[in-house]
Amino acid sequence: MAAISMRLPVARKAVVPSAPRGAEKHLVAPGDTITTDTGYMRGHGTYVEEEKLIASVAGVVERVNKLVCVQALKTRYNGEVGDIVVGRITEVQQKRWKVETNSRLDSVLLLSSMNLPGGELRRRSAEDELAMRDYLQEGDLISAEVQSIFSDGALSLHTRSLKYGKLGQGVLVQVSPSLVKRQKTHFHNLPCGASVILGNNGFIWIYPTPEQKEEEAGGFTTNLEPVPLSDREVISRLRNCIVALVTQKLMLFDTSILYCYEASLPHQIKDILKPEVMEEIVLETRQRLLDLEG
Amino acid sequence: MASVVLSEAEKVYIVHGVQEDLRVDGRGCEDYRCAEVETDVVSNTSGSARVKLGHTDILVGVKAEMGTPKLEKPDEGYLEFFVDCSANATPEFEGRGGEELGTEIANTLYRVFSSESSIDLKSLCINPRDHCWILYVDVLLLECGGNLFDAISIAVKAALFNTRIPKVRVLEDEEGSKEIELSDDPYDCIRLNVDDVPCIVTLSKIGYRHVVDATLQEEACSLASLLISVTSKGALTSMKKMGRGSLDPESIFEMMETGKRVGKSLHIALQKILDEEESLGTSRQKVGFLG
Repeated sequence: MAAISMRLPVARKAVVPSAPRGAEKHLVAPGDTITTDTGYMRGHGTYVEEEKLIASVAGVVERVNKLVCVQALKTRYNGEVGDIVVGRITEVQQKRWKVETNSRLDSVLLLSSMNLPGGELRRRSAEDELAMRDYLQEGDLISAEVQSIFSDGALSLHTRSLKYGKLGQGVLVQVSPSLVKRQKTHFHNLPCGASVILGNNGFIWIYPTPEQKEEEAGGFTTNLEPVPLSDREVISRLRNCIVALVTQKLMLFDTSILYCYEASLPHQIKDILKPEVMEEIVLETRQRLLDLEG
Repeated sequence: MASVVLSEAEKVYIVHGVQEDLRVDGRGCEDYRCAEVETDVVSNTSGSARVKLGHTDILVGVKAEMGTPKLEKPDEGYLEFFVDCSANATPEFEGRGGEELGTEIANTLYRVFSSESSIDLKSLCINPRDHCWILYVDVLLLECGGNLFDAISIAVKAALFNTRIPKVRVLEDEEGSKEIELSDDPYDCIRLNVDDVPCIVTLSKIGYRHVVDATLQEEACSLASLLISVTSKGALTSMKKMGRGSLDPESIFEMMETGKRVGKSLHIALQKILDEEESLGTSRQKVGFLG
């Protein structure tokens, strides 16, 4: 039985800002003057013209002592050392892989920064170089940590822990990096029955919770068995909830995703993406988050 | 066609999901994504429509111009299709990258509308063998999010519904030469009857089942798909197989049946929204591109 819903487009309504906490946020558009005071140092997203500090991106003004910078809402991922990222392999080169992480340049995963199967610690030989494609191919997804940043701005990744490595079955959602909140841990096993990796680069990976720890492989043999239907429903619902939160520009962290999931339970999974249902769910989530803080 | 790269495990997940009738976004195999349709968005055309189907964004403009009829059909007007794959949609369409896809879509549209009953071309004739209306249908691909053909056919039908062709009168001179007079009233125009205009339904074969309205990820998992054009009464006007995989004759029959069923519901939903938009008249708030 086919379900087709067509609608007329509706102009976006401005969201009523929630109760102001602390200072009002200073929002700027490209070309707006931030300040005419010359005592400030200019940071990212600003430039100086005729003794005025002007914004070059659209976002929120952040002021730290004398440093003024503008945090853009929609931007490429700017990596920091220690960030968790989810990336897709684009190229297999001589001693390294090129990984796409939604940044300005493709990130690099060196062969020496990758865990060998079995967890052995040995020098990488020529055979390892030739067998690179057996580990990771073009199109594979990996979770990794940023080890360092090259001088041109490209990130160097490493998977030197058993929790990182090739990702198996699941769903990838791509969002803007500025919507992922910086937290202590980015690997969450949600109580609703699925696990989620919130990559700092905006790639969110939702996958079924593995039953028991598989220590031997370190993440190289992927489990291709069919995922049970109950797990699939949870994953689809989480995916739609994340898309709803992103459309309404809410920060993504484990609590907001969980509240959104609970608010969406009365609706059918495919209905969550309808604009009116999305607004209702996100409003309820926003309310619960405010109650949590207050 | 724009495509995404997926890992093997992701493809396996999608294929298993389709077998159990639960796709990644929770839809069933025969469900469409939420579609937004708006007509009369471009002011200097005779008719226009914009359709947003998930991440796919299509803009269609119809311009009516006077010209000479084709030699083999002297008492009919005709339609000309042109598809422009804008580089905004995906970086692959930069420069001449989108030309191949554009000609493929245009040829499909010609085939779909080649049937005599789809649109009444005789109403487009002004003077047999001398003058007729030519409808130039221009399709612009703004964003590519999977399922291009369906979205384009919905937009073309909506734009044709919205098309207003000015009424002309033919005056006979004493010497026998004919003059064409355009009526002064801008609201005095003829509308096209789009009841029999077909819509395209693309059925992509994934694993052992087929899905309607595939996203880019699902298209990457499907090796073969069937494109059928269905009228509102459920009649099939054309069929085309795409992709490098093969299709079993039995599955082709099943896909045709699904396509006819889904096509009829598609027409009902589209007509309902077009009538609703028409009934709002001038009180409708135009959203356009900056909403």
